[in-house]
Amino acid sequence: MYDHQEIENDEIISLTNTLRWELGIDFHDKIIESIYADATKIAKQSIRVEDAKNSTIFDQKVDSIITSKWFGFPIMFLLLAIVFWITVAGANIPSSWLAALLLDTVHPFLKNIAAQIGMPWWLDGVLIDGAYMAFAWVVSVMLPPMAIFFPLFTLLEDLGYLPRVAFNMDSLFRKAGAHGKQALTMSMGFGCNAAGVVATRVIDSPRERLIAIITNNFSLCNGRWPTQILIATIFIGSLVPPHYAGLVSAAAVVSIAVLGIVFSLLVSWGLSKSILRGEASTFSLELPPYRPPRILQTLYTSLIDRTMLVLWRAIVFAIPAGIVIWLVANIYIGELSLAEYFIDWSNPFALYFGLNGVILLAYIIAIPANEIVIPTILMLTVINSGLTGIGEGAGVMFELDSVADTKRILTAGGWTLLTAVNLMLFSLLHNPCSTTLYTIYKETKSMKWTTISALLPLTLGFIVCFFVTQLWLLFSS
Amino acid sequence: MSKQRACENCQAYRKEHLIRLGIGIDQYDYIIALAGNPNTGKSTVFNNLTGLRQHTGNWPGKTVTRAEGGYSFAGKQYKLVDLPGTYSLLSTSKEEEVARDFILFGRPDVTVIVADATRLERNLNLVLQILEITDKAVLCLNLMDEAERNHITINERTLSKALGIPVVTAVARQKKGMDVLINTIENVATGKYMCKPHRVKSFSPKLDHAVALLVEKLSKEFKNIPNLKWVALRLLEGDQRIIEAVRTKELGQLGEDLKSA
Repeated sequence: MYDHQEIENDEIISLTNTLRWELGIDFHDKIIESIYADATKIAKQSIRVEDAKNSTIFDQKVDSIITSKWFGFPIMFLLLAIVFWITVAGANIPSSWLAALLLDTVHPFLKNIAAQIGMPWWLDGVLIDGAYMAFAWVVSVMLPPMAIFFPLFTLLEDLGYLPRVAFNMDSLFRKAGAHGKQALTMSMGFGCNAAGVVATRVIDSPRERLIAIITNNFSLCNGRWPTQILIATIFIGSLVPPHYAGLVSAAAVVSIAVLGIVFSLLVSWGLSKSILRGEASTFSLELPPYRPPRILQTLYTSLIDRTMLVLWRAIVFAIPAGIVIWLVANIYIGELSLAEYFIDWSNPFALYFGLNGVILLAYIIAIPANEIVIPTILMLTVINSGLTGIGEGAGVMFELDSVADTKRILTAGGWTLLTAVNLMLFSLLHNPCSTTLYTIYKETKSMKWTTISALLPLTLGFIVCFFVTQLWLLFSS
Repeated sequence: MSKQRACENCQAYRKEHLIRLGIGIDQYDYIIALAGNPNTGKSTVFNNLTGLRQHTGNWPGKTVTRAEGGYSFAGKQYKLVDLPGTYSLLSTSKEEEVARDFILFGRPDVTVIVADATRLERNLNLVLQILEITDKAVLCLNLMDEAERNHITINERTLSKALGIPVVTAVARQKKGMDVLINTIENVATGKYMCKPHRVKSFSPKLDHAVALLVEKLSKEFKNIPNLKWVALRLLEGDQRIIEAVRTKELGQLGEDLKSA
């Protein structure tokens, strides 16, 4: 039966081949031509355009500026800068409200309850000083910037700006041997790298798709924006008079983001000249009309979908991380805690890169989610530098009333402007979070490419930090 | 606008029968495909009908794989499949393959084609290509507000007559026209509305003969494929994907796989 069918099907194919030979090759084009002709005819019958003066002319005028050779990139950077400036300026106040509520009010309240019911000290430590404080920290640090940044970004997307970005970037990506649509997946990566990696499915060529996947990590994701924003505000904004601080911090964050784009292009170029050799393929991208964004709906969906989703993820990862932090800070071997062992051991190595042991440990603990890097760093710094009068003892993520307090802790931990700059660079250039890595594995089905995606940016990060530090020390001495 | 009012006052209007089912749909009576050019609002229509929040945005190519969801209307369950946007079904990009395979082998009960009213002529190219494959389709003319702003008026009746399928005007972003769309989908799915889809006229008796020969052979092998004439044409054109599917008999199975996937 099976064999009979097999023969039957081969018969169909061979009949096809004979018939095709007889028909000649031009009928395929004829079919398409007649479809197009019919479409034109039907359109003529049923469409009436009353007025030649339509809004596509307006769109074209706007596009001639936004995608122009001279203004395209400056406008792009300016828009990015405005978005960050609003985020930086707007996030501070709700952040301190949330901190006051979750850290100053709820935390002592929980501690009180624990004391009253006689909870053992270690359970109280793990649950309240570890898990709860990590949660509280993530909410107060992460929520306000996200709730401002996401709606603004979504408004730009809704308006139709993203394809224009792709249009502007296309020639650069092509020169780098990558696909022009990589500009779109890169933009998606600014929200979340895992989402950016999934979005690379729009790229057909496997070679170009791999390049897009590996370099997606160079788009700062929302787990890293708050780190950039906070460190820029503390160390770089404070270099200038207060009324310029917001602007300068925003500019610093934009520079890091732009540096990420530069790395994305350079690494794409390097890959397409080495292990992923090949030519860039062409594609067509339609610039959609500008559509007035639906402001209320955008606010609603970006708040519910993006902000809450990301926040939820951060919380889910922060709670176990909080427990781990408390444990490594409170499990002692002899005189020193586990955390202190690691920090003391890795400090000499880290100093070559202008970082310190605390930052390295924080990045190991924060592999599941970049969002918890800053809380972890602050907590570990307090333990390690033996600061008193802040927080309530070893391993507690403490309350910070202002940015100035954060700065006081970090300076006490031996931080300088150089450490801050290197942290910002390392935050841009290090391995993707575990979710992204898992997504890369799912998309590529390859351990090799997943490993490369993890190690390549990490190696770059150490190289860049090393050179920055050595040059800095050379010029400042 | 007045048209919407009229509908809402009509006895046939049964919006209260709509239940959005989100993603949880195991059993269904009808399967509906959403096809169309990129960036015409397919995902917005999808979200409106299913209550899901598939990511939408003003740029082509957001939907890279099929998104699925469902709704229930007047006691029947509908499974909705949001296909990636394509300009044609002829060449072989990943998106076009996903869309084409589903419309042909997934055998949707109704294919809803979402078109941009401001770029109707170009959108019609895809509409006609889809009508070559499937019999049951609804054209959803979206972005009517933009068309209005651009002083474009479209005679839906003429259009519907020429295409042989129902035409529904909509502004999906403002959820306008969705009620009529749901009703129309039901009419086509249940056979209350019989489509007489426009087919490109024959221009070569020789070609017709060749197609007829192949259809006869194919019909013995593949009983469940709705449009063997289209398969025959692709074979004659030398479409490798279809040739492979015929040779390995995947053609017969594809339908089942896509339905259960």
